[in-house]
Amino acid sequence: MGDLLRRLWPLMVLLLLVAAVTLLAWSGPIVLQRRATLGLIHLVAVVGLYVFVGNSGVLSFGNVGFMAVGAYVSALLTMRPAAKAMFLHLPAFLGDLQWPPIAGALAGGLAAALLALVSGLPLMRLSGISGSIGTFALLVIVNVVIGNWTAVTGGQQSLMGLPIYTNLWIAFGWAAVSIVIAFCYQESRSALALRASREDEAAAEASGVRIHRERLIAFVISGFLSGIAGVLYGHLLGTLRADSFYLDLTFLVIAMLVIGGKGSLTGAVLGTIVISAVTEFLRQLEAGMPLPFANLTLSAPAGLGDAVLALAMLLILLFRPDGIAGREIAWPFGRLTRPRD
Amino acid sequence: MIDTIVQILVDAVSLGGLYALTALGIGLIFGVMRLINFAHGDLITAAGYLVFLLAGQSVAVAILGALTVAIVLAVVTERVAFRPLRRADPATLLISSFALSVFLQKTLILFVSSRPKGVDFLPELQQQVTILQVHVQLLEIVTIAVTGVTLVGLSLFLKHTRFGLEMRAAAENFRVARLLGVRADRVIAQAFAISGALAAIVAILFTAQTGIVQPRMGLPLVVVAFVSTVIGGLGNLTGAALGGFLVGAISVLLQSLLPEDLRVFREALVFVAVIIVLLLRPQGLLPARGLRERI
Repeated sequence: MGDLLRRLWPLMVLLLLVAAVTLLAWSGPIVLQRRATLGLIHLVAVVGLYVFVGNSGVLSFGNVGFMAVGAYVSALLTMRPAAKAMFLHLPAFLGDLQWPPIAGALAGGLAAALLALVSGLPLMRLSGISGSIGTFALLVIVNVVIGNWTAVTGGQQSLMGLPIYTNLWIAFGWAAVSIVIAFCYQESRSALALRASREDEAAAEASGVRIHRERLIAFVISGFLSGIAGVLYGHLLGTLRADSFYLDLTFLVIAMLVIGGKGSLTGAVLGTIVISAVTEFLRQLEAGMPLPFANLTLSAPAGLGDAVLALAMLLILLFRPDGIAGREIAWPFGRLTRPRD
Repeated sequence: MIDTIVQILVDAVSLGGLYALTALGIGLIFGVMRLINFAHGDLITAAGYLVFLLAGQSVAVAILGALTVAIVLAVVTERVAFRPLRRADPATLLISSFALSVFLQKTLILFVSSRPKGVDFLPELQQQVTILQVHVQLLEIVTIAVTGVTLVGLSLFLKHTRFGLEMRAAAENFRVARLLGVRADRVIAQAFAISGALAAIVAILFTAQTGIVQPRMGLPLVVVAFVSTVIGGLGNLTGAALGGFLVGAISVLLQSLLPEDLRVFREALVFVAVIIVLLLRPQGLLPARGLRERI
């Protein structure tokens, strides 16, 4: 029992931390709640990215593509038929159905996972940099297809009329689920083997690790979680645009993971919280922030936030390449049970 | 019939040439540093904006300005962002170049706004010429010629000068090259300077073709160049150039062979083709020597 508690400790701390942040936002004004909801959606996306990147050591640029797939699949399944008919030219069976939100969300996640499986079959054979470039190609493919398949996605036009149901607590629920999934996965035998291949590919292979298979498993789970993040995003904003799911979002999600620490789930969670807080602060600075006790308004030029974020990432890489948290939070109370002989 | 074929050929070689030059710029850096330089696209963008600023002056001034800015920016970014990370693993380098690229792009947007701007650079090259009873744009011929001269010049440089020899040695095995007296800082700075020059050449040709500069103009080129270097075999310069031409050829072929309503998906199909090539040859068409660690 003690061992189990000790093993689950990082998970419990992270869940409590996220719950505390959510509660804090819940007590705040409506604008803050909305920002926090977006932050929790980013958390799902970052944890999804971490499942693959953290365990395999291969950087993926493709996960925002999975977000796009999840968002559009859920949109097509849950929008009112009348709204779909107004913007799109869908085949009748797709045009007429309207699924409940949760079914649409799961379908979105599964569609993204399916894309991860199919694309991963060739892509997961590539290691290191080649693998990263391969996932980049995947991102471009998804973007081009969604941006031009006008009959189904609306193409370059925004797709409007998604039911808006994502709120703070739904986002928190999925964030908690994604953290649990990521944690359970990383405690598994498969993830351990994958991390071995991250440390030394040749040695892992020689020890009987089937790298291709383990990478593929991580990629599919990662794809599912990213898809869910996309679903939540779409149903928060109510409109979808192909270019919302491209390099800017990719950069944000990767920055959150890298600054937090791409080697641990703790890093993924902390990075998201810290970056969300900092970008929110910069956003208010761009809007103009009156200083208390002084007749002065601080204001920054628009777009400064992105440049600062990029600079912060460069500095982190230079001075603390493992990010804020390089490893999971350790059990702080010493040994619970005597070590077995 | 014959003129269609020649037209396709000219298109393929001129587009492929731009891709090949960009891929070479990325491949050179990868060779000496194992770094995929995302920021190469921003070198192209910066040079493009210099062309935009100086287009009113004489052509030579604009070209010189573009070359200077791209080379200086390349060398400075190496010194500031990449040199401290030289011992980091390739994934960290990749992320830092991504961050650098975003930083350069967003900083540029702060100054010039994100709106595209029209440039009228070398308008006299827009005219059609007739070769063997086939009409082609003069600019395409110039692009092909410049690409050819650059490729030949670069390969002469790499094969027949001391600096080139050092760069090839460093690409094959950096540690041994250093032991034999190759100065690491200098050879890497050189590689960056040359990649800056290549970026400027691409920017000049590309700006003349499109007549537009905007803060993201380098991005589509580097994206294609990335996959070109991977198809060609990361770390192999001949492979990078070959990959660039190959992707250019596939693009142009799809553009002319696909039915009208599928043409918008051309780029996606190009990348599907890339993934298929990688499925068949994960190490690329011409695998580089010395890249796989010996155990």
